[in-house]
Amino acid sequence: MTVSTIPSSATPRRSAAPGWLRSIMLLRESPLGIIGAFLVAFWIVVAIGAPWLSSYDPDDNDFDAGIIAPPSAEHWLGTDDQARDLLSRVIWGSRVVLTISPLATLCAYIVGCFMGLLAGYYRGWVDMVMMQICNVVLSFPVLVLYVIIMMKFGPSPLNIVIAVTFVASPQVARLVRSQTLELREREYVAAAKMRGEPAWYIMLVEILPNARGPLIVDSCLRMGYTAITIGILGFLGMGLRPPTADWGGMINATYGYVMGGQVLMALAPAIALSSLVVGLSLLADGLREISMRD
Amino acid sequence: MVKFFAKRFGVLLFTMLAVSFILFVTFEFSPGDQAKSALGQYATKEELDLYRVRNGLERPFLSRYLEWLGVGPNYSGEFSGLLQGNLGFSHRWRAPVNTFIWDRLFNTTILAFIAFAIIAPFSIVFGVLAGMREGSVLDRTISVFSSITTSTPEFATGVILMTIFASGTFLPVLLPGTSTLEGGGDWSVASQLMLPVATLTAYYLGYLVRMVRASMVEVMTRPYVRTAVLKGLSFPDVVVKHALRNALITPFTAILLQLNFLFTSVVVTEAVFAFPGFGRMIVDAALYHDVATVQAGTLFAVFVVVTSQIVGDFTYMLLNPRIRFT
Repeated sequence: MTVSTIPSSATPRRSAAPGWLRSIMLLRESPLGIIGAFLVAFWIVVAIGAPWLSSYDPDDNDFDAGIIAPPSAEHWLGTDDQARDLLSRVIWGSRVVLTISPLATLCAYIVGCFMGLLAGYYRGWVDMVMMQICNVVLSFPVLVLYVIIMMKFGPSPLNIVIAVTFVASPQVARLVRSQTLELREREYVAAAKMRGEPAWYIMLVEILPNARGPLIVDSCLRMGYTAITIGILGFLGMGLRPPTADWGGMINATYGYVMGGQVLMALAPAIALSSLVVGLSLLADGLREISMRD
Repeated sequence: MVKFFAKRFGVLLFTMLAVSFILFVTFEFSPGDQAKSALGQYATKEELDLYRVRNGLERPFLSRYLEWLGVGPNYSGEFSGLLQGNLGFSHRWRAPVNTFIWDRLFNTTILAFIAFAIIAPFSIVFGVLAGMREGSVLDRTISVFSSITTSTPEFATGVILMTIFASGTFLPVLLPGTSTLEGGGDWSVASQLMLPVATLTAYYLGYLVRMVRASMVEVMTRPYVRTAVLKGLSFPDVVVKHALRNALITPFTAILLQLNFLFTSVVVTEAVFAFPGFGRMIVDAALYHDVATVQAGTLFAVFVVVTSQIVGDFTYMLLNPRIRFT
């Protein structure tokens, strides 16, 4: 046994499982978090496996079955007002939500972290300008902003991402700023300054990773909000163009039938979207509970 | 304190100016043309040009903005804009904005007021019940339930409520599924308001319950609450007389800061139930490129949002003497 074999005592030994796996294992302490994780995992599996899980093309009209057919052995949820298989459309709709909302959340985070880090780290006039921009965007009725952006650029996945980024990044920026204001006073930041590290290094390598706890919880919630936003845009008729199987758009096209007693066409996507968002927010609750415990 | 209000109202004015300018610029460079959307797609080029000249649309952008504000002269040399109380002419409704915006506002205010009158007391009761004993069965039940109602988008809640009460699928038709506020039909105005109010309540009750609960949980761990327990006060006394007051400060101000998002819920709820409200008016107008209506509506919304933020900050300072006016 020589001294050279024990420097590992300085850095704690890592367990065999990678970090993200261990964080997921921590969730077992929060039953609600597990339910949330299951709901989210369920929809991720559905979205990935859409081609194998659905037995019909979501845009194909099956006129043999007829329009608004009740549930049957061929069409488990029946058909919609254009004789398309409802189950297949709900399944394919999960792809739309689960690609756009993480992407939009990611973009909002990139912009928001950038603004928040600069504001919190430099303070002074940088902070004032950034926060004033955020305040203007935040006191804007968000929906009008969405409507205008969608009108101006037209409905496409990319534009939804842009719109959400524009609206959500000030909120992220505020969160990152408050974290940065606190973390910039820590010893390790002082140490990094002493070493002569550049400002971008201190912000991205020293401060940002240490702010990850609240940011991860917030990103889960935000993904849920984004899913709702996509739904709202679809519901107000400004979402993706038909025939795209988009849950909000499906509800928009068919909620008029509800009062006639044909409820499944609007109810199925409504429940699908709700369960996804409930899953995300339960998961966020669970994560928050665990992070408070340590 | 005067300085506080002066500063905050300065910010309010700045925000409203900035918002109106951004809106003006956005509409200016939008692909949809104001003349085209007013005259329809079959208008000839001459008609379009005439419309533009008559409405002064060919003049530079900045002078039209100043005219709208009431700072610059309009086409016939008069000052008639926002400052003079002229909100402009809506070509979506083919009437001056002043003639219909107040009705819309009134309808939405009623909807929001009834919903709020239900949400406020219930959220305090449920939030306190859940937060006074963290981790109890009651806490778990209320938390899960509020999590679910507040995560369900308003239009999904609307569709679910309609399915249950208005479709006749599971229950006989108990309530109307639309809320056009027109009397004379089979349904009274009160019954028409039920489902929209329920939809808003479901969403915001859950949200506020979570907030009151979180604040309550935090207050219950404070030393002064422990002191109250240890000196032998009954548990209800501790909760109501000691914890509650401090626990309500945060939620009370938070709700005033959230009005912006309440606005989105109101728009969606109004759309689900065909309610003739203020929010749907703005969205309709935006889809029609009706600049005047969108401007007036948005400015009003911004005014309400920012004013409520000022009131929120002010009451927060009144309720919490540790924070000084700055």
